[in-house]
Amino acid sequence: MKFITAMILTALVAYAAGLQLPWWSLAIAAALVALAIPQPAWKASLAGFVGVCALWIILALILQNNGAKLISTSMASILPLGGSALLLALVSGVVGGLVAATAAYTGSVARALITPNHNQKK
Amino acid sequence: MKYFKLLLSLVISVALIYLLNNNIGSIPPLGKLLSPQHGLWRNGDIASDYTNATLNLPNLKGKAHIYFDKRLVPHIFASNEEDAFYLQGYIHAKYRLWQMEFQTHAAAGRLTELVGAKALPLDRKMRRLGMVYAAHIAVAESQKDPLTKLATDRYTEGVNAYINTLQPKDYPIEYKLLNYSPEQWNPLKTALLLKYMSYDLAGFEDDFEKENAKQLLTKLQYEIAYEYGNDSLSPITPKGTLIAAPSVALTIPASADSAYFNYKKETISNGILDATKPNKNNGSNNWAVSGSKTKSGKPILCNDPHLGLNLPSLWYELQIHTPTYNTYGASFPGAPGVIIGFNDSCSFGFTNAMRDVRDYYEITFKDASKKEYWFNIAWQPSRLQYDTFTIKSGTIYIDTVAYTKTFGPVMYDASFRGTGISNSKVSRTNGKNYAVKWMAHYPSNELRTFLLLNRSKSFADYEAAIKTFVCPGQNMIFASHNGDIAIKQQGLFPAKWYRQGDFPMPGTDSTYLWQGMITDAENVMNKNPERGYVSSCNQYPYDTKVYPYYLGGNYPFTRGYTVNKYLNNMSSITPQDMQKMQNDNYNVQAQMLLPILLRNIQESKLNAAAKSYLTMLKTWNYRADVQEVGPTLYTQWQAAIHKAIWDDELAASNNTVTPEKSTLLDALRRDSTMPYIDNITTTAKETLPQIVTETFVALIPTWDALLKDNKLAWSTYKSTYAKHLIDVDKKMPFSRFNLNIGGGSNIINATTENHGPSWRMIVHMTNKVEAYGVYPGGQSGNPGSTYYDNFLDTWASGKYYTLWLMQPNEVDSKDILFTLTF
Repeated sequence: MKFITAMILTALVAYAAGLQLPWWSLAIAAALVALAIPQPAWKASLAGFVGVCALWIILALILQNNGAKLISTSMASILPLGGSALLLALVSGVVGGLVAATAAYTGSVARALITPNHNQKK
Repeated sequence: MKYFKLLLSLVISVALIYLLNNNIGSIPPLGKLLSPQHGLWRNGDIASDYTNATLNLPNLKGKAHIYFDKRLVPHIFASNEEDAFYLQGYIHAKYRLWQMEFQTHAAAGRLTELVGAKALPLDRKMRRLGMVYAAHIAVAESQKDPLTKLATDRYTEGVNAYINTLQPKDYPIEYKLLNYSPEQWNPLKTALLLKYMSYDLAGFEDDFEKENAKQLLTKLQYEIAYEYGNDSLSPITPKGTLIAAPSVALTIPASADSAYFNYKKETISNGILDATKPNKNNGSNNWAVSGSKTKSGKPILCNDPHLGLNLPSLWYELQIHTPTYNTYGASFPGAPGVIIGFNDSCSFGFTNAMRDVRDYYEITFKDASKKEYWFNIAWQPSRLQYDTFTIKSGTIYIDTVAYTKTFGPVMYDASFRGTGISNSKVSRTNGKNYAVKWMAHYPSNELRTFLLLNRSKSFADYEAAIKTFVCPGQNMIFASHNGDIAIKQQGLFPAKWYRQGDFPMPGTDSTYLWQGMITDAENVMNKNPERGYVSSCNQYPYDTKVYPYYLGGNYPFTRGYTVNKYLNNMSSITPQDMQKMQNDNYNVQAQMLLPILLRNIQESKLNAAAKSYLTMLKTWNYRADVQEVGPTLYTQWQAAIHKAIWDDELAASNNTVTPEKSTLLDALRRDSTMPYIDNITTTAKETLPQIVTETFVALIPTWDALLKDNKLAWSTYKSTYAKHLIDVDKKMPFSRFNLNIGGGSNIINATTENHGPSWRMIVHMTNKVEAYGVYPGGQSGNPGSTYYDNFLDTWASGKYYTLWLMQPNEVDSKDILFTLTF
């Protein structure tokens, strides 16, 4: 349950932060969620990864269907991903997810330092 | 241990973010670029971009509307002129911001900031040529004139009003790829853009290459190879027109024979190699026919400027309606006003004058500090300018350039010998210093001409509008509703003696300076000539046998010859006839040269396969249409012959200029035994039949290979493409390749591989102006928009759009896609 909550919360906070702040604000979002929700570091990290990865893929696919088909197809051939816009969306998700994962890991380790006993029991 | 774990994961997180937030080598900042809330996903076509909206912009004086039609052409209706300039700036920025800034950065020698150290040679060249120096002079002139001051200041405000609405996520995709942000616009940037046009159109010269050739040739040989005039010339001002006695009495310097016309003397190359010259084919066609030759009885004006085929296109189409005028045409993103276009009563267009207005003088410095140079028997102080280049990586490069008062900046010295030096075989150098003297450095205000043409109502307005234009010299064409047609080669041109400026000149005293400027009264105005038309296609403006000044430059005679021949024979002309003519693929050079080649080929030496290619050439109709095979064979064959004839004489230098194709044509028509035919590297005496046959036979394997790959048809072989401005390797999906279009050099449809008609326009001066136009691109500069390149195929197929000079009573038209209200 904590895993799913952390995942959804990371996605929501990252989305809200991204509306006004630079892209890397997702890292702060992931770290904050990991600080708030006690989980083993690997689990917190995975929740951050899945949350942001899913968020980015879904947003990318929505935009792709709202006018970004041409630009994403072109960019998918520049980057180079064989011109597959779908693959580009997946790669985007992985990139965002990785940043969230490392940040959430950091957040989780920090939490463990602040409240060592609580976290270890879990 | 836990602290270490925390520290390690923190470092990894921050490092990952850093790597994904910055360019790593040629890899773009992936995090920023791929984020759906910030990156490339935001650069699509969004439906809300094409719906009605009301905008509040700072400092607009009155109410205004911009009506976008279905091709995304904005029709700007402003209640006063200054708002019109403001809104033009806003709209240019909205659709072409990245291109505007990139082009002005290129002009200012600032590309290293965007793409890194690889651009340093090009950037240094632009600064050393004095582009920024020239732009500062132009801004000062422009600010003195109330009209151009108002236009550039308000235009600047409009551009910045748009830039200020942007958040990083809204930046055009190129900013995101190269990872930088737009700067505020200013009048200097507009001036840089106009100077870039001077560079492109009046910046070509081959003085150093010709000097190298001079060292290898006798005077007689030089005169043959670098012919002045053409046998088949049909000049812009027709032969027989009275040319006034020269106002500048020219004296050839007494020392010229030994110090300047020193043929076959020195043997050390000047070692200068400019690998990034403006395209020498930057030319154009324009013509206007009077009512006496048209079906309607009203004039028709046609213009198609030939420039590099780039995306986003150089041109942006728009209409500007103010209470005092209503003008439509192609504009330059980065400058206010319409450049080539028309209004309710007049139309105007340009072709390039092609004159050589960029010369070099050899400078003798007192010492390595370059603080003093020898001129008129004294040491004169030079001004040292320190040019700073910020490389993308963050390092700084400082270049020291000496500016001489008499000549201009010392462009070439020991530290800089051109953009082509690092990767070329040019190694020998005479080590000399050369200052560049260039008309683009002169104080002038070219923008004024365009702004006055936009509002012109009559021939007198046109005459007044163009007379202050200095550089780049242009053939300015005009037609009006009341029946006038006119053309004049306009510009400020130095009065030169024969061959002055073909080579770098001695700069130790005033002997070799330009001795004066040709007065404007000597630039002939051709108004309503009896033949019923005026035209120009970059050929010599005057009969070179009677014109008193040396013209320099290069002047293809072919397109002008064809255009004048067609127009002489035409009557009851309609705009549709003119469309057909602008897309005409007849190659007059082939018509003149090919029969000579076919007469001389030794058929007995050809096998069956070779004979089949010969038959293709014999039956060719001289048209470079898309499916024809003849143009492919002819182009390769004549290039091989050209090489065989000239290269042996010039091979001893590693950097000369190949003589013009028209020169070979003239030479062979006069004398099929002309001396260059013999290959001087062999003991045998070669003849024309031998050269013609050998080159033909040598090409058979190439042609067989092309035939096998199905690439012998002209458009397939030529493979015309339009290249995105940053697509150096020609492989980006932002470029468009293999356009299906015919034409070529020496043809009215002057479309070569990456160069051609950049805006085809036809204006019929009827009561309600009837106009057609098309350019190879699209109104949006965004590669993610369907409006980015949607005109390309229309352009390639020779079709046109009807240009809509919208009237105030048409605001409810169904052709309006959406409206912006201010």
